[in-house]
Amino acid sequence: MENSGNEALLEVDIRKKLKEFSLEIRFSCGRGCLGILGPSGCGKSMTLKSIAGIVTPDEGRIALRAPGMRETGEQILFHKAQKINLKPQERRVGYLFQNYALFPNMTVEENIRSGLSSHAQRKGFGGGKEKPMSREQQNARVDEMINRFQLSGLENRYPGQLSGGQQQRTALARILAYEPQVLLLDEPFSAMDTYLREGLRLELAKVLSSYEGASVMVTHDRDEAYQLCDYLLLLDNGRVLTAGRTREIFQDPGTCQAARLTGCKNISSIERLGAHQVRALDWDGLVLTVEKEVGPEITSIGIRAHDLEPVSDGEGINRIPVGNPSVTEMPFEWYVTLENGLWWKVEKTIHTHSSAGVIPEWLVVQPEAVLLLRDE
Amino acid sequence: MGPTALQQEAKAENMDWSPIWISMKTASLSIFITFFLGILAAWAVVLIRDGRLKMILDGILTLPLVLPPTVAGFFLLYLFGVKRPLGKFFLDFFSIKIAFSWGATVIAAVTMSFPLMYRSARGAFEQVDPNLTAAARTLGMSEWEIFRKVLLANAIPGVVSGGVLAFARGLGEFGATAMIAGNIAGKTRTLPMAVYSEVAAGNMDAANQYVLVIVVIALISVMLMNWAAMRTENRRR
Repeated sequence: MENSGNEALLEVDIRKKLKEFSLEIRFSCGRGCLGILGPSGCGKSMTLKSIAGIVTPDEGRIALRAPGMRETGEQILFHKAQKINLKPQERRVGYLFQNYALFPNMTVEENIRSGLSSHAQRKGFGGGKEKPMSREQQNARVDEMINRFQLSGLENRYPGQLSGGQQQRTALARILAYEPQVLLLDEPFSAMDTYLREGLRLELAKVLSSYEGASVMVTHDRDEAYQLCDYLLLLDNGRVLTAGRTREIFQDPGTCQAARLTGCKNISSIERLGAHQVRALDWDGLVLTVEKEVGPEITSIGIRAHDLEPVSDGEGINRIPVGNPSVTEMPFEWYVTLENGLWWKVEKTIHTHSSAGVIPEWLVVQPEAVLLLRDE
Repeated sequence: MGPTALQQEAKAENMDWSPIWISMKTASLSIFITFFLGILAAWAVVLIRDGRLKMILDGILTLPLVLPPTVAGFFLLYLFGVKRPLGKFFLDFFSIKIAFSWGATVIAAVTMSFPLMYRSARGAFEQVDPNLTAAARTLGMSEWEIFRKVLLANAIPGVVSGGVLAFARGLGEFGATAMIAGNIAGKTRTLPMAVYSEVAAGNMDAANQYVLVIVVIALISVMLMNWAAMRTENRRR
């Protein structure tokens, strides 16, 4: 993946045979956050663990570069052909685990300090070992992190006595105290209650934007990916489906799997009727006009539920009959499945319990909102 | 007081305390050795990545647990007998005769209690979230540091209960001890040996007293260690 105007800090090109499939992934990323979005068990975590050195890929190469140095200062973490495989201890990688992996036997302060006493192991760029930190330097760093992550007052608590958000902040403090060359985030919110996520996402967004190096975040949540990641890589069954700028991928996912991963629920196979006209085979043969030209490689179309708008009559292009829909009540939305199978949702308040008058007879989709999709 | 009661009292006064003393010495020294050996062996096996090597090593380390104690004792005798390689080595170079000495009771107790310690410690280590050790590695902690601060520190309750089991096994060791250390009064006669000897000689009262001592020692040690394990757990809640 090319990040234009942003030099590559981390280059990954690895292959590993797993039980169900083989992981084959190649990307490079610079400053900013790269998101790897994919369903559970698609090889996302395995990719992060390979970068960190927790698992060893079968083949390939992983390299890090110091910011601001184009040619020199490259550090090979793993290179099968050259038989290089640095220990995790020597990679200086910050890994935020799904469950944060705080040491339950250590207090918040001891957790943050745990990576500081062992600097003798760390290799800087150029391979030279760094001097261990003095006790005073360690104290200063720990204090700095405790302040930055608003953990004062909690220094002597054990992780079991912290809330989910405090645990995440402690884990981030522990990682950043160690000054990693790259940040790896493994589903950072999956262990979190829904009501905590919003606030924590904002906190993490701040941390990520102030971080100098490259960061890679693995997630299966499209909202998380959209909010936190500048670049996105969609992964399924160990293979890269597509990669690029997050917004562009959401606007034009390109393939059916990619559309599904970015949250498009309405996907239908099509029959091509003309350069700009298709028949949706899964939606009772609905005929739709699309803005882009339908090439021979296009096999399906997708419509995001948000792009369906109510309209008063059936006159005009891309009018969709609602027919006899099935309606499901959610706290803040009606989930509406049209008679032809399309899925739509209408916002509502918590006080409304009747969908009468809310569901129109016709919906419309703008031609530019119809996604043209290839099979992979 | 009838004559039988008087006789009993006389016997109690003449009771031989040496088996208690010998057993305490043997059990304490052997649990000390077993505790460290078992933990280190468990750590080594946990670190091994090669599945087959792991299985073979585990089999060998567990063997004394599944063998009849007399068979384990037979092997020990085979190794430490005066004319056998290890026994001869110790005799020639250190002038120490191992078989049928007090040291032999320790060797028997360590051998028989080791698998319990090793297996409990290994189980406890494997219960520790692998993400913790992975996190420790990415934070640059050395393997030895990880072992002490992460693995062992979070496996303490399991390790301690393994220690309790091993101590009890060492205290009660009979079969292998009989084979390699014999039953020499005042030298290798441990409490279980003494119970056996007294019953064999028909002195049920003396046997009773030894039994009582064993029960009390076992009970106290188990409760002490359980209490210690509970305390470390509670501190972090």
